[in-house]
Amino acid sequence: MYELPSGTEIQAVITTLKSSAAYYLPEIYLSALFLVLILVDLIFRPKKHHLLSITSLAGLAGSLWFIWQQHTMTGQEIFFGMYVIDEFAIFFKYFFVLSGILTVFLSMSSDELNNRASGVGEYYVLVIGMVIGMVMMASSTDLVMIFVSMELVSFSAYVLTGYLKRERRSTEASLKYLVYGAVSSGLMIYGFSILYGLTGETNISEISTVLIARGHDPVTLMIASIMILTGIGYKVGAVPFHFWSPDVYEGAPIPVTALLSVASKAAGFALLIRFFYVAVPHGSETGAFTPGSEWLMLLMILSVASMIYGNVVALWQKNVKRLLAYSSIAHAGYILLGIIVMDELGTQATLFYMLSYLFMNFGAFLVAVIIANKTGSENIEDYRGLGRRMPLTGAAMTVFLISLVGLPPTVGFIGKLMIFSALLAKGSVFVWLALIGILTSVISLYYYMLIPLNMYLRESKQPLPDTIKTGLLPRLVTACLMLLTLYFGIFFTPLSDFAHFAVTVFGNQLY
Amino acid sequence: MDFFNTIGLNHYLVISAILFGLGLFAIVTRKNAIVVLMGVELILNAANINLLAFSKYNGGMEGVMFGLFVIVLAAAEAAIALAIVINIYKTFNTVDVSSIDSLKE
Repeated sequence: MYELPSGTEIQAVITTLKSSAAYYLPEIYLSALFLVLILVDLIFRPKKHHLLSITSLAGLAGSLWFIWQQHTMTGQEIFFGMYVIDEFAIFFKYFFVLSGILTVFLSMSSDELNNRASGVGEYYVLVIGMVIGMVMMASSTDLVMIFVSMELVSFSAYVLTGYLKRERRSTEASLKYLVYGAVSSGLMIYGFSILYGLTGETNISEISTVLIARGHDPVTLMIASIMILTGIGYKVGAVPFHFWSPDVYEGAPIPVTALLSVASKAAGFALLIRFFYVAVPHGSETGAFTPGSEWLMLLMILSVASMIYGNVVALWQKNVKRLLAYSSIAHAGYILLGIIVMDELGTQATLFYMLSYLFMNFGAFLVAVIIANKTGSENIEDYRGLGRRMPLTGAAMTVFLISLVGLPPTVGFIGKLMIFSALLAKGSVFVWLALIGILTSVISLYYYMLIPLNMYLRESKQPLPDTIKTGLLPRLVTACLMLLTLYFGIFFTPLSDFAHFAVTVFGNQLY
Repeated sequence: MDFFNTIGLNHYLVISAILFGLGLFAIVTRKNAIVVLMGVELILNAANINLLAFSKYNGGMEGVMFGLFVIVLAAAEAAIALAIVINIYKTFNTVDVSSIDSLKE
């Protein structure tokens, strides 16, 4: 049935692969870093984590240079249309490498990881693996590539979640993450197979072309797309695919929780934007075919449900990690608002919001790490009286939480402002969405402010020392993140320009 | 009677849909973590049958390639899943999903 390719055809394939590899340097570099870290761990058997963490920091920082080189290469489809380099992908490459760096900083400060009996050998390797997977998720344009990269992220994340294998809650979290993840990726691959059957193509832009040219059964497409949405929705943690997230966020080591809540979520959104903007035909240009409106309806329901559920259930949380888990469900709802707008302004707002979420959420989790190191607890009750004793940490936490609520003068405020103004710029159809967003933000004020309330205005039940010392590195990183949150809240132009730059070239020219 | 005499695309799709349904049923009803993961494997294999059948009737190779990747990733997933389940058994002395719920509100 299939003929063997001739010699010249094989030569042509090899030439394409070689020329494509030149555009694939950041990923190749990160994969090399992955292997180097394994070797470093095996050869030096470091008793302390510093050797591994510093190697991964240096390695991740080095990859920024390779990504910088790609600015001149945009608009390229490489590896036979499997992979694309555009400004959108480059934006997310920076984003994921940055979140990898912050995760390494958090892990270096975390006592629960560093006191682990059998060391942290594979930990940093898995973090790098997750970064590679997320970078690939943001750039894939082929169903096979999307599936492979998503599974790379998931597998690393399962192991990282259960990394404290002697602890009950970490083990339990990894099982829950695994079961939900396996089921939703199974549903997604079934959806992919139906989509492949409908079109006979695996490249997402060709899928879109075939769907428009040939026409199709809308019900079948809807079933396939809902199944795919299950896989992506699980990654972004939006209602009703959120069931894993509170348990997993509570059980996982805090740095892993931070990585899951920011980077893995952003990777899901990158995929959601690329997949649903490109693969599923939308808009009115085809006339007869408008599943776009059904799509928007579905995403709107997800978004509204996430905002309301996340913010309301967070009200009675006692554990800071669990509280931040529900808050991250709510934030997934806000980010979905930006995607629903489906124009340049909306995507820019979405990307800006994710950047702001990077700073404020990593900051909040870093403070949680610092406090968990000192008190051994993540309960809000145990935060009593800590504000006066840890002045920098307390102030930083307050700034991050104000930013998460979306109050000025922080970067979170600008993010929400951009999302809501993008919604309103579309006319009156989306006003109700913006209203729900603003109202749920008001609800969120209550539970976020419980933490500063406990830190500053309530005195602790057991006696605490007058000042609590924290390490130099965590203090430095906290201060940096706090300053960035405030700085970009006032001078936000560089960030919004960066986000705008990311939407200018987008694969096959969307807008 | 034509349906019973010649095997066409629909036969493959029906088998795949049945497998998918059985897998989903196992995931929803079973409490044992291993059986839940077996259900996931059924879903992945249902997708594989779909991919191969579509590939055969579309005439392209993409589906076969896709199927190969799914097989490899399913194996990798099984390895990680079993490691996690062993760890669960060591910690909780059970692999019953419903009794492992120390994380709550």
